[in-house]
Amino acid sequence: MSETVLEVKDLKVHYPVRTGGLIVGRYTPLKALDGVSFELKAGETLGVVGESGCGKSTLGRAVLQLLTATGGAVAWLGRTLTALDAKELKAEREHMQIVFQDPLASLDPRMTAGDIIAEPLRNYRPAMSKAEMKSKVKDMMVRVGLHPAMINRYPHEFSGGQCQRIGIARAMILDPKLVVCDEPVSALDVSIRAQVVNLLMELQRAMNLTMIFISHDLSIVRHISHRVMVLYLGKTMEIAPRDALYADPRHPYTQALLSAVPVPDPSVARARPRIPLAGELPSPLNPPSGCVFRTRCPRATAVCAALVPPQEQPGAGHDVWCHHWRETKVAP
Amino acid sequence: MSSVNMTSAHGAALTSAGEVDGRSLWQDAWRRLKRNRAALASMIVLGVIAAVCLIGPYTLPWPYDAIDWDHVEAMPPNMELGHYLGTDSVGRDLLARTLVGGRVSLMVGVLATLVALFIGVTVGAIAGFIGGRVDQLLMRLVDLLYSVPLTFFVIILMVMFGRNFILMFLAIGAVEWLTMARIVRGQTLSLKSKEFIEAARASGGSTAGIILRHIVPNVLGVVIVYVTLTIPQVILLESFLSFLGLGVQEPLTSWGVLLNEGAAELEVNPQTLIVPAVFMTATLFCFNFLGDGLRDALDPKDR
Amino acid sequence: MTQRILDISDLNVRFATEDGEVAAVSDVSLHVNKGECLGIVGESGSGKSQTFMAVMGLLAANGKATGSARFGEIDLLKANEHTLNTVRGNRLAMVFQDPMTALTPHMRVGRQLTEVLERHRGMDTKAARAEAVAMMARVQITEPERRFAMYPHELSGGLRQRIVLAMALLCGPELVIADEPTTALDVTVQALILDLMRELKEKHGTGFVLITHDLGVVAGLADRVAVMYAGRVVENASVAEIFAAPRHPYTKGLLACTPRLTDAPTAVLPTIPGQPPNLQKLPSGCSFHPRCAAVFDRCRAERPALAEGGTLNACFLNHSVAAGGAA
Repeated sequence: MSETVLEVKDLKVHYPVRTGGLIVGRYTPLKALDGVSFELKAGETLGVVGESGCGKSTLGRAVLQLLTATGGAVAWLGRTLTALDAKELKAEREHMQIVFQDPLASLDPRMTAGDIIAEPLRNYRPAMSKAEMKSKVKDMMVRVGLHPAMINRYPHEFSGGQCQRIGIARAMILDPKLVVCDEPVSALDVSIRAQVVNLLMELQRAMNLTMIFISHDLSIVRHISHRVMVLYLGKTMEIAPRDALYADPRHPYTQALLSAVPVPDPSVARARPRIPLAGELPSPLNPPSGCVFRTRCPRATAVCAALVPPQEQPGAGHDVWCHHWRETKVAP
Repeated sequence: MSSVNMTSAHGAALTSAGEVDGRSLWQDAWRRLKRNRAALASMIVLGVIAAVCLIGPYTLPWPYDAIDWDHVEAMPPNMELGHYLGTDSVGRDLLARTLVGGRVSLMVGVLATLVALFIGVTVGAIAGFIGGRVDQLLMRLVDLLYSVPLTFFVIILMVMFGRNFILMFLAIGAVEWLTMARIVRGQTLSLKSKEFIEAARASGGSTAGIILRHIVPNVLGVVIVYVTLTIPQVILLESFLSFLGLGVQEPLTSWGVLLNEGAAELEVNPQTLIVPAVFMTATLFCFNFLGDGLRDALDPKDR
Repeated sequence: MTQRILDISDLNVRFATEDGEVAAVSDVSLHVNKGECLGIVGESGSGKSQTFMAVMGLLAANGKATGSARFGEIDLLKANEHTLNTVRGNRLAMVFQDPMTALTPHMRVGRQLTEVLERHRGMDTKAARAEAVAMMARVQITEPERRFAMYPHELSGGLRQRIVLAMALLCGPELVIADEPTTALDVTVQALILDLMRELKEKHGTGFVLITHDLGVVAGLADRVAVMYAGRVVENASVAEIFAAPRHPYTKGLLACTPRLTDAPTAVLPTIPGQPPNLQKLPSGCSFHPRCAAVFDRCRAERPALAEGGTLNACFLNHSVAAGGAA
């Protein structure tokens, strides 16, 4: 691993939501993402976990500038993407791609597999000849495990796993340097999931990709990530190297998430203590004061309501935002 | 997690290079349409009517605008004189007039709908896809035009540009595109949130490129159904305008004009009403059946 | 001692499509005992959902079910619509993956609950309301009185699924069929719902059929597990046997490729090669043979029956010589 390639600083995405006002609307910001910072090195995979509504998909799209950030900065190889105009952004986008969750919905139903995979080439290599494009597409199909004879087939003629391979081929055809994977395997069957995870890991190693892997499945994130970030209500709760996070989670939210993951082993599953989370996810329109997690936290005290927890470091590269991180050390 | 994919089929033909040809959604829809008897029959009938209207007049003994000076009055069918379906009140061949009127009616129907299609899809897709101010502006324009009474609008056009055949296409097209634009905008809004549109943007596609490559082909299904249902509407609208005296000019005619004249003579010369009415009703029927069939074929889930 | 509340035998489900017949479910025989949870595990297209859609009489119009599904004294497959309506939602309830499909969007959730009670148990409005609120509290909905007057869209996914569960439990059903009840939910909420189902099973003797693709979910709740592949049951055993000593290669593969939180990360996850089969063009012999590592000639020619061999499974490797041959 080498130098830092991606730098995200205090990234914020707020949506104005109309909350009243008869003629002149009154708007409250919905803080989908509220001050997230991290750095990534070339060839590194960051896993992003959290429950629905925590802002993990927003983060992926904001990094790629598919969404406009309200505040903060995203710097790619030293260039601040958030300050670029449309033309400069298009040029930078060549190196950044995304793989989506729903394999079928992310493919245009009226285009053939070949046309879908070739689309980035058409946009970025307008001079390339048809024959050359086709051979590149076929090479890429082989690489992601699709039979090149299927080039003229339409998405509805493929299975879910094959559609996801088409999506991956489209993302990889320009030799990107940064790939955001937004829940790429959660819509797939169990036996196909492992195949796709293996494919992504193999491509990542071969192309030295920097990857942001967004998922709610903590088991898969453990396999694929070098570092893991835990989000809750648009804020980072904990970020740590993989082994540190799974072996020694310090944030009560991380601990609760880990304890809720189903274990495919009946004796363990029935004996394991579970850390229950009280209540419901608060509305992002009106997040709790101080620590946003305090309303559901088993360890919450008065200080949690009063003060936003500062960034603390339980270990090297391990950051946690919790007032009580010193007391939370438990053997999981 | 969907359960069983009940509709997917894997009938595919091998081409020379060993590549397997897929079956596009259009081909699937075409296959389903061909299986719908009513729609298929409608297509054939429409084809026959169009062909007869186009070629028919050249093969008849009487041109549509010639008056049979020996019989300057309405006449029932007479084989010897070559008036196979009789004549109108001034002695012009009814069949020839109906066929020529059909040309005009069908042409107005198809061309005006194409005008509506072009403007409607463009405005709807742009408004829906770009959204924001552009959307507000375009849709308020649509609302505004909706509120202008059609006859008033047409009369103003006539006053400004005089009676002109081309003007009718424009007038009707200019009205019909409003609904088309609304439909396309609605479809575009729902397409816009689909992941493949986001994927196209992430792949470096420009706004215009995405509208042309991804939005338009995907709204076309709904649009085609609407087109087949708009054509008969336009044909009716044309007869209404002709009824007001704003349509085609004598001696040229259309089904609407013929119906209007026939209605006046219904008691003495029923054939002057019946002949154009049969042609027109058959055409409208077929378009409606075809539209229904297309809707089923393009969206099998809604059946 | 054990009383069978649902007994499915030789169930076949066929769908007539424009491209020919689809064999969604073939020769499935399963039973659920009183107070037991039967886990049904399979991937998309395995027929796990269609089996129980057929049992509930909820097949799509082009589907046809044959065989029998005895629920008490009634054969659900042969019962008329009237009989089905007195059973469904009353003695036999169903919970779906998406709670939004089970709730009417324009009706307050409380009203939807009391309606069930008024219809099936003939309660008056006041009694029904008290019962509904009590049930909401039992499925751990906090502030049930306030939520009683809410519309489905005002509730979070987890709360909605709890409402649906409450609705399923209102009439004290003998059996609840839960089709992927937690797939759309977050892990923390999933854990709560599963805990709740376990408590109902243990305290109230409610029988459950838990249909899922997630082996982790069945591990925590099921007593017996049936694994389905390509419309057939390929292995049927106690939950302990399925996880500790699976016999069918598909079950083994499925277990191997489910990553566990406790596993040390590896460079390559174990996989089952290939794709789930197309139900219109099923492979000859054993449907799993093109993806099976232990395949041999007989698998391609003959279909193994579901027979005793360590567990009840459909694999020649486990059957003694005499037990082969398709049923």
